[in-house]
Amino acid sequence: MFGYYLELALRSLRRSPGLTALMVLTIGFGVAASMTTYSVFRAVSGDPMPWKSSKLFVPQIDMWGPSGRASDGEPPDAMDYTDAMKLMRDHRAKLQSAMYEISPSVVPADAGKHPIHVSGHAVYSEFFPMLDVPFKFGSSWSADDDAQRAAVAVISSKLSQKLFGDANSVGKTVNVEGKDYRVVGVLNEWNPQPRFYDVVNNGGGFSTDFEDVFLPFQTAVQASIRNDGNTDCNATPAESGFLGLQHSSCTWIAYMAELDDAAAVTTYRQYLDGYAHDQQQAGRFGWAPNNRLRNLPQWLDYKHVVPSDTKVALLVALGLLIACLVNTAGLLLAKFLRRSGEIGVRRALGAPRLAIYTQFLTEAGMIGLAGGALGLLLTGMGVASVSWVLPRDIASLARVDFSLLVLTLLVSVMATTLAGLYPTYRAACVQPAWQLKSN
Amino acid sequence: MTLHPILAALRKHKAGVVLISLQIALTLAIVCNAIFIIQKRIDMVHRPTGLNEDNLFLVTQQWVGAPDGDDPAGLEKLDSMQQADLATLRNLPDVASVSPIRSLPLLRSGSVGGIGMKPLQQKSTVDANFFFGDEHMLSTLGLKLVAGRDFTAADVQHKGFRDESGPVLTIITKPIADKLFPRGDAVGKVIYFDSGSTPTTIVGVVARLQSPIDSGDSGLAWNSVMFPIRQDANFARYVLRAKPGRLVQAMNAVTPALYAANPMRVLDDRSVRSFADIRARAYRADVGMAILMSVICLILLAVTAAGIVGLTSFWVGQRRRQIGVRRALGARKVDILHYFQLENLLIAGIGAVIGILLAVGLNLWLITRFEMDRMPVIYVAVGVLAVLALGQAAVFVPARRASNVPPVVATHAA
Repeated sequence: MFGYYLELALRSLRRSPGLTALMVLTIGFGVAASMTTYSVFRAVSGDPMPWKSSKLFVPQIDMWGPSGRASDGEPPDAMDYTDAMKLMRDHRAKLQSAMYEISPSVVPADAGKHPIHVSGHAVYSEFFPMLDVPFKFGSSWSADDDAQRAAVAVISSKLSQKLFGDANSVGKTVNVEGKDYRVVGVLNEWNPQPRFYDVVNNGGGFSTDFEDVFLPFQTAVQASIRNDGNTDCNATPAESGFLGLQHSSCTWIAYMAELDDAAAVTTYRQYLDGYAHDQQQAGRFGWAPNNRLRNLPQWLDYKHVVPSDTKVALLVALGLLIACLVNTAGLLLAKFLRRSGEIGVRRALGAPRLAIYTQFLTEAGMIGLAGGALGLLLTGMGVASVSWVLPRDIASLARVDFSLLVLTLLVSVMATTLAGLYPTYRAACVQPAWQLKSN
Repeated sequence: MTLHPILAALRKHKAGVVLISLQIALTLAIVCNAIFIIQKRIDMVHRPTGLNEDNLFLVTQQWVGAPDGDDPAGLEKLDSMQQADLATLRNLPDVASVSPIRSLPLLRSGSVGGIGMKPLQQKSTVDANFFFGDEHMLSTLGLKLVAGRDFTAADVQHKGFRDESGPVLTIITKPIADKLFPRGDAVGKVIYFDSGSTPTTIVGVVARLQSPIDSGDSGLAWNSVMFPIRQDANFARYVLRAKPGRLVQAMNAVTPALYAANPMRVLDDRSVRSFADIRARAYRADVGMAILMSVICLILLAVTAAGIVGLTSFWVGQRRRQIGVRRALGARKVDILHYFQLENLLIAGIGAVIGILLAVGLNLWLITRFEMDRMPVIYVAVGVLAVLALGQAAVFVPARRASNVPPVVATHAA
């Protein structure tokens, strides 16, 4: 029976090619516009570590007090050196790492080559297991290396390729800012977007730079490798230079901790409040504890990492899709009612209402399928062209994959069928006797 | 022509009428708001920075193995390296002038601090962007001095990076001068930076200098101060003005000249950037959003027009016989044409009324949800005219076809 309906639908669509083309174009463009903006939205709002993000937490300590708070009473986003080091020493979470952004120069061993500029982070060894960072060769450095301020480094496969070719570079030496570091690990392609572990130092959280080098936090501090990210000061540092920054209350360090269950979160919260309370007792803080402990999704939301532009664009595109559906509903209505005579004959020959429903919804579905196919093509073009319209860091994330393909077809067919519901209902209401008489 | 027959006919096509007017309403609501967003973006992108942007470019470079500048000896070494670079750049044939600079408008990285009227004032009176450079800074950037004087070579100090303590002299922008000294006598007055106790004397006022950081339309966007201070760090930025028409040649000459002076440094493909490039990159998201919105608007208008054509064609087909009867009874072609045009005007009018409500509602919702501004009435008014015109344009072809139905159709069997 379904085959028969398909044939009927095809015949009907061929009978009025103009109207059919109009509907297919409408659906195609509507779906493509929505899917293109959705692909951008999905790229920027995706959870970077869905399997673990609810266990990762960003602590905030109010070390500036009322004069340094945002207007909504929120404490600073980043930490100063004193507090970050205290939290690292106390080591109350399962895994944790303080980190700061670096952008040192690397001098290739080959004397003929100019030095190159790389970006990366100074982190603790627990950074790698905490964020499930994939290694191609070797592994992270040890907690002992952290304590000993060992001259070791983890580098990206890209940097490894550039300096040492395809070979396993573990054990080789890389010259960072004029000092030698032993490579202990080479990362497998790893460039999470947004750069969720250090939103503070990354403007919007997105970056076109690759993370090329990771050094132990204390090693980098000792080697005077300066922070390249944001530095926020509530008061001018008493001493100048990088050492002065470490002694100041300026914030420049991002912090992340892994807490596996609710009890651990509660305990950690108490610990943070206890710490702030101790600081108040000691006279360093002249105010009551005002800490925050957000998990990663809450943190990204709080920092507005998803650009509101993308949300507005998605909304407008959805509006366009709805307008396209209303349009299709109108055209389908016209098309179906024009065939009242045919419906009358079918009904008079014994076709139940259900048969009419199936026939016309099949026809609507076919238009949806054709519109979806066109939509796929246009979505592909749309996604390809956002790269020259939108900033590269965001546009490079938008891509067409299998789930987007399926979703495009699904949305298209579902939407058209939905739009076809009312016209089909009207078609099914046609009175056979009246139609036959008037003809 | 009276409206009565049109209304009577429309009552027979309720569903179609509702769908078309709903679509016109949606189109109006979305297009108004989208055009408003586009216009805001265009306005934002076209704000002048205060610089003379032609022939301007920026060089960012980093030394390898340079001293860290935390001790006086290291600081002097860094400063002599910077001076050597400046001399090298000034000697380039296509370069008109050079200044060291900490940041530039739209560069998305800069330094912000507070200004107080009294020493050790805890809560700053106004916040401002800090610019650091030498006596060539104003002339290289092409800033317009509206009061006082420019910095001289004798004014210039050099300090370590992040050592923002106690500048002696400053030039401020007019918005700050107007706020702090409304009587227009800022030059010669003393202000205090970052809750400090060192008095800083204002020597000049420039008309305009935009913030390096993205501060929207807030006051910070135009509150800038300049210090005659060369900052010493393991990296340095230089702003250069090429001789007229020699921008490309000047930019190409920089990298080889700096490497020749000292090869132990990092210069890559992003080290030498024209200001046009900095501007394009800073506003890429805004321009992109405007283009995206325009495309969506165009698609929407096209879809709506197509819908009107489709549905009116159907109605014309359905009423061929009635049209024939009217023609046979003496109606002229133009009467038929006007009938369909008036019908469309009526439907589009209903749609426009609903659309106005939707447009205002959508705007209010965007205000609460995305901190959008209130949309001026003119956008809705123009939008209403646009959808009515769109309706008339779309209905013309099917209406003309209707007017060409010959009267003889009336005699055909149904």
